[in-house]
Amino acid sequence: MYTQMMDLPGQVSKGAAAADMSAEERAFQATVDAEGKIEPRDWMPEAYRKTLLRQISQHAHSEVVGMYPEGNWISRAPSLKRKAILIAKVQDEGGHGLYLYSAAETLGQSRDQMMAALNSGRAKYSSIFNYPTLTWADVGAIGWLVDGAAIMNQIPLCRCSYGPYARAMIRVCKEESFHQRQGFDIMLALCRGTPRQKEMAQDAFNRWWWPVLQMFGPPDKDSVHSAQSAAWKIKRVSNDDLRQKFIDVTVPQAELLGLAIPDPELAWNPERGHYDIGAIDWDEFWRVVNGDGPLNRERLATRVAAYEEGQWVRDAAVAYADKQRARARKEAA
Amino acid sequence: MNFEYALRLGDNSLILGQRLAEWLGHSPALEEDIASANISLDLIGQARLWLTLAGRLEGRGRDEDALAYLREEREFRNCTLVELPNGDFAFTVVRRVLFDAYHGLLLERLALSGDADLAAIAAKSKKEVDYHRRHSADWVIRLGDGTEESHRRAQAALDALWNYTHEFFVPDAVDPGAAELHAPWLADVRSILAEATLQVPADGKFLSTGRQGVHSEHLGYLLAEMQVLHRAHPGAKW
Repeated sequence: MYTQMMDLPGQVSKGAAAADMSAEERAFQATVDAEGKIEPRDWMPEAYRKTLLRQISQHAHSEVVGMYPEGNWISRAPSLKRKAILIAKVQDEGGHGLYLYSAAETLGQSRDQMMAALNSGRAKYSSIFNYPTLTWADVGAIGWLVDGAAIMNQIPLCRCSYGPYARAMIRVCKEESFHQRQGFDIMLALCRGTPRQKEMAQDAFNRWWWPVLQMFGPPDKDSVHSAQSAAWKIKRVSNDDLRQKFIDVTVPQAELLGLAIPDPELAWNPERGHYDIGAIDWDEFWRVVNGDGPLNRERLATRVAAYEEGQWVRDAAVAYADKQRARARKEAA
Repeated sequence: MNFEYALRLGDNSLILGQRLAEWLGHSPALEEDIASANISLDLIGQARLWLTLAGRLEGRGRDEDALAYLREEREFRNCTLVELPNGDFAFTVVRRVLFDAYHGLLLERLALSGDADLAAIAAKSKKEVDYHRRHSADWVIRLGDGTEESHRRAQAALDALWNYTHEFFVPDAVDPGAAELHAPWLADVRSILAEATLQVPADGKFLSTGRQGVHSEHLGYLLAEMQVLHRAHPGAKW
C-alpha cells in the first residue's frame, strides 16, 4: 500500500540555485546528484527532512489503515487457504507500517507523535482505504489493482535519495509483488468460476477502477511538490507517467480475466503507444481526500478506538518494564 | 489417531485462529497486531493439516474446507474455551496462556506417536506453539505485574476462564489419557501465574463440553460469520 499524498499542494519551496546554497547544502545536493544516499546523521535541508517525514509517516499510516478494508474479510474468507493468505497479507501490511514508522523515526519524530497526528486527523493516509470492501471480490481487486498501483509508485522509491526509506521500500516492494499476485489469483478464480462469481468480480472492478487511477495523485500540471521532490530524488517519476504505465499494464490483464473496463472512452492510441482514458473525476478525489469519502470518519474512529482502548495495556507494559529495571538495580546494588 | 481426535485438534486451532484474527487492526500496539496475525496464521495452518488428516481418516471424501465450512455447531469438537469471545486484551492473553500451555503438552505427547503423519504435524505445530506460549505468558506476566488496572483485568479474566480448563483433562473414549496432562499443565500455569502475581482460582464444579459437540451460545455466531460466503455459493471454487 502507499500514499498519494506526497504530491498534494503544500508549502515546500522550490530548489535553490547553486549560488545561493551554503557549503553544507552544496555537499548535500552533490551527494543526491551523484545518486548517493543521505543517511540519518548527514546534514540535510530542513524542508527535505520535513517532506520525507511527512511522506514516510503518511505511507506508514496508509499501511496501518490499509489493514481494515481487507481485514474486513478475514473472518469470512471462503476457504481456509484464502483465509491463511489474507491473514499473512494483512500481517505484512502491519509489518510495513512498523518498518516505515522506524524509517520515519530516523528523521526525528517518535511513533507516538506520528500516531497522534494520524488520530487527530492532521496526518493523512491513502484515500483509497476510505472505500468499503463490499464483497469477497473486493479483496481480489485491492490486491490486484491497489497493490499493483502501489508497486508502480514504490519501485522508483527504492532508489529514493534517503537511505532508510529506499532500503525499506526494497523489502516492501518484494512483499507487495506477492500481494498483487494473490489479488490477481483471487480475481482469476472468480472469473473462471460460476456466473455469480464472475459478476462479483466485475462489480468490484467497476467500483475500484477509478479510485485506483486517482491513487497516483493529481495531474502533473497541478502537482506542486513534484519539482522539488524530483530535484531531491525523492519522487522520481511523475504522477501522470506512473498512472499511464499502470493503465497500459492493467488493461491487458483485465482482458485476460474477461472483465470489461468501466470506461467507454478507453482506447489504444497507436500514435502515443499508450491507452487513452476518459476524464478522471477529480472532484471525487478531492472530496475523499478532504474527509468526505464513504468511510473517512469510520476508519479514523476505528484507529482512534484501538489506540485509546489499548492505553491501559501499553501503560501496563511500561509499568512492568520499570519494575523490572528497579529490581535489576536492586540486585546489582 | 481417529477421525474424532483429529477433529478436536483441528477445531481447537481453527476456532482460536478465527478469534485471534479479530484483533487485527484493533490491538493495543502495532507489534501486537502483527503477533496476533502471526499466531492466528500458525493456528489456521495447523487446522488445515489436522482437518485434512481427519478427512482422510474418515474416508468419505471430505477435505479441509468441507469440514471447516459445512459442519454445524453440534459437529464441532473444539473445547469451549477457545470459542469464547475475545473480551479485552487481558481476557485474550489469559485464555491464550491457559490453552497454549495445554496445547504444547498435548502436541509434545503426540509428536512421540508411532503414526508418522500424526507425529510430523504434531512436531511442526509444537515448535509454533512454544512461541505462542512464550508470547502469551510474557503478556500475562506484564499485565498481572503491571498496573493496578491491568492486574485487576487479568485476575478477572483468569477467574472467568479457569473453569473452562477442566474440560481439557476429562478422559473419554476419544482421549482416554487426557488426565495425564493435568499435573504438568498445572505446574506450568502455576509458575506463570505466580510470576504474574495472580491468584489461582478455586476449582468450581462447572464443566464445559465443547469436545462432545455441546458448545456455548457463542460458537453458532462465530460459525455463521465464518461460513456464510462459502455456504452462499455451493460447490464454487475460490
